[in-house]
Amino acid sequence: MATVTLKKLYKNFGKTGVIHGIDIEIKDGEFIVIVGPSGCGKSTLLRMVAGLENVTAGEVLIGGKLANDKEPMDRNIAMVFQNYALYPHMTVAQNMGYGLKIAGMTKSEIVSRVENAAKLLQLEGMLNRRPKQLSGGQRQRVAMGRAIVRKPAVFLFDEPLSNLDAKLRVQMRLEIKELQSQLGVTALYVTHDQTEAMTMADRMIVMNEGRAEQIGTPLEVYVQPQSLFAAQFIGSPAMNILDASIKDGQVMLGEVPVAHTAAREGPVKLGIRPEHVQLDESGPLVVEVRLFEPLGANTLLHGRLTDGDLAFTISLNGLHQANRGEKLMRFSVDTSKWHLFDPKTGHRL
Amino acid sequence: MVDVAHGMVEKRGVRLWLTHVLMVLGVLVIFFPIWLAFVASTVTQSEIVRPPMPLWPGNHFWENYTAALFSGVNVPVATMLLNSLIMAVGIAVGKIIISLLSAFAIVYFRFPGRGFFFWMIFITLMLPVEVRIVPTYEVVAGFGMLNNYSGLIFPLIASATATFLFRQFFLTIPDELAEAARVDGARPMQFFLDIVVPMSRTNIAALFVILFIYGWNQYLWPLLITTDPEMNTIVMGIKQMFPSGDDVAEWPVIMATSIMAMIPPVIVVVSMQKLFIRGLIDSEK
Amino acid sequence: MEKRVTFRGWVLPLILIAPQVFISAVFFFYPAGQAVWQSLFIPDPFGLSTQFVGLGNFEYLLGDRHYLASILTTATFSIFVTLVSMIPALFLAVLADRLIKGSGVYRTLLIWPYAVAPAVAGVLWMFMFNTRVGVVSWYLGQFGYDWNHVLNGGEAMGLVVIASAWGRISYNFLFFFAGLQAVPRTVVEAAAIDGARFWRRFFTIILPLLSPTSFFLLVVNIVYAFFETFGVIHTITAGGPQQATTILVYKVFADGFVGQDLGLSSAQSVILLVLVGLLTIFQFKFIEKRVNY
Repeated sequence: MATVTLKKLYKNFGKTGVIHGIDIEIKDGEFIVIVGPSGCGKSTLLRMVAGLENVTAGEVLIGGKLANDKEPMDRNIAMVFQNYALYPHMTVAQNMGYGLKIAGMTKSEIVSRVENAAKLLQLEGMLNRRPKQLSGGQRQRVAMGRAIVRKPAVFLFDEPLSNLDAKLRVQMRLEIKELQSQLGVTALYVTHDQTEAMTMADRMIVMNEGRAEQIGTPLEVYVQPQSLFAAQFIGSPAMNILDASIKDGQVMLGEVPVAHTAAREGPVKLGIRPEHVQLDESGPLVVEVRLFEPLGANTLLHGRLTDGDLAFTISLNGLHQANRGEKLMRFSVDTSKWHLFDPKTGHRL
Repeated sequence: MVDVAHGMVEKRGVRLWLTHVLMVLGVLVIFFPIWLAFVASTVTQSEIVRPPMPLWPGNHFWENYTAALFSGVNVPVATMLLNSLIMAVGIAVGKIIISLLSAFAIVYFRFPGRGFFFWMIFITLMLPVEVRIVPTYEVVAGFGMLNNYSGLIFPLIASATATFLFRQFFLTIPDELAEAARVDGARPMQFFLDIVVPMSRTNIAALFVILFIYGWNQYLWPLLITTDPEMNTIVMGIKQMFPSGDDVAEWPVIMATSIMAMIPPVIVVVSMQKLFIRGLIDSEK
Repeated sequence: MEKRVTFRGWVLPLILIAPQVFISAVFFFYPAGQAVWQSLFIPDPFGLSTQFVGLGNFEYLLGDRHYLASILTTATFSIFVTLVSMIPALFLAVLADRLIKGSGVYRTLLIWPYAVAPAVAGVLWMFMFNTRVGVVSWYLGQFGYDWNHVLNGGEAMGLVVIASAWGRISYNFLFFFAGLQAVPRTVVEAAAIDGARFWRRFFTIILPLLSPTSFFLLVVNIVYAFFETFGVIHTITAGGPQQATTILVYKVFADGFVGQDLGLSSAQSVILLVLVGLLTIFQFKFIEKRVNY
């Protein structure tokens, strides 16, 4: 049983707190992505699960058993590092087999496991090569092979794709996800790339400054972000956030009512994703568009709302071009797609 | 060799030729003392004693060298060569081993007194043996290590230059590698032997060259602690071959010995040239 | 100094560090401490016991004209050795730097003197200038110049300087060569396009870029001249004639082992200790901040 449970996890470095209470119960075989900006503590969290960092308060349970005081090797975990951490003087086969050798496995068992993993990862011809003879993607796979051969209860990934070029990243993303579901091993995956998070996660933990802003499936976080931070972090291009106010059950953008709401009166932060804005000749939103970015499948329009002069981004399907001279365009938004947030706490209303 | 030609934007014709000529002259001038010694080692005593001696090798090569090797002046040169070899290899190997261990301890562990030991080791960089000769002599004498290989070797392992070098190198080993090893289940000493030491191969080799030369070329220290000619090293032994008083020195034998004294270090340096130069330059940083 | 990863436990590291600590303690710190301690005593005339004199030995030394002369000798010696070993090295390095093919061969040949022990170098040079059989001294005699370093202090100094500097030319050459190779080619080419001819390029661009290397070599060569040239002095002149070539480190040996005055010799050791300490600290402080291009 390879469940992972984190209970009220706290971490301080000296006097500085970096993790402020994380709680999650991860099911066997789940792929959990820990996503957030640099410095939010996601790697630290992962390393606490791995046993490479001590826990200041709280509990880490692996397979139902308390793991706080256990060394990494006793936790039955395997880790794939950002820079792969391959032993430079050993061959691919030796790299993959090192942990098994230390565990005292027989030579034949080691060889068979290494060969199976190599087959799975398409590394068969490379077993006798040294890391410096391999490309980035191949090294990545060797790092994964090292994790796979140990048949751990949990895989831990620490931003494994950030050193690869964009195209390779897309390809490897798929491979990792397929591999994991094929092997059925619980996985914790750290990344700062929200696209990776969205495509790979069964559930994700959105982290900011040591706190879990939201824990949920990608769809949940996308459709119902629980905080301003989550709303803006997930989804690309980022959600537009506007200052608005609530008066008499209406959400007012400046003088223009845009939606009904049962929330209380007062100032509010209004969010709308660029892809939920539609061209509408009689729409309430007037935007002075300054830049068109045709991306092929869609076009990004960057401009400013005339009411309040706020930066605004719109994503329209297909190719659009500027009308000569005509910069002002009108848009409307489906009322169900508005998001409301408390301006002080950032929480969803 | 990947050498870039520099300082020179035009490299044709006369300029190039002139550079070569000057270089050749420079090399000849610098090489002359070695050349002369070699010539002297191949001619007879009488040819030397009546100056000017010839500037081209004679035909007494085998005669002189075997005389030197097997009888020498006061002790066979073969014996001295062996002593030097044992001393040089002993110093190089000894220093490398204890430095690897110390550097590993200092970099990868936290323990009480770590800072203190670090500074202590740092201080030993500061004193060459020449400055502490008298009391070191007394200590060695007290241990009964005079005229003894251990007396030749141990005091010269005491300084921490190699520890420092390994420490610098270990600091450049990515942390992730140690973490991966930890996750793989390696205990500290397994990490040390399976990963750190193999990764240090180049540094170890370069250091071996430098320390071998350092050990082989020692003069003052062996001079002090060996009174038995059988324990002479070749570098210090040459001086002992000169007679006191007005006797004429046996020049061919002495010169043959000088040549033999310089050959092993030269071989080591030239054959490991690239490695050694890199080690020398990196180590001084 | 900090690494993020450390292993747990303190027993193992103490065991690992023990050999080094033990050897350093026994063969370094204890003798160094002894040297300091003994410098505070002088032996009685019979050499049977010692008498505490505090800083008396130091006072004596600083007033002793022999010691002061030795300081002057050492200073002169060091400066000359440094100059004689650095300038030809730079010259040869510049030449080698201009060649694409062949610099490897020259370099291989030029390394030889580095491998030769200073003491052996002393023997080689002494052989060339020997008053009876030396080739160079004989040819000088043919031209009317009577070379005799056994009698002439200046010639003795000259000889030990050359013998000491000879081996260092290799060492300095290697560093200068590496330093020159590290000068970005584009910078030199830009200067050439700007109209600077070779010597101007050399003095205004290459030399300044070489200054960290030069500075470093300066310090290292001085330390060498102070301490590692004992073998040269001992083989050629034994400090003479009349202490004309008695450098400080030689004097420590002469007073301590030959003259058997432990107190005085120890005091000299202590002074040298302080000097080296200062030089090393100086070297680390200023050279650790070497410019990296």
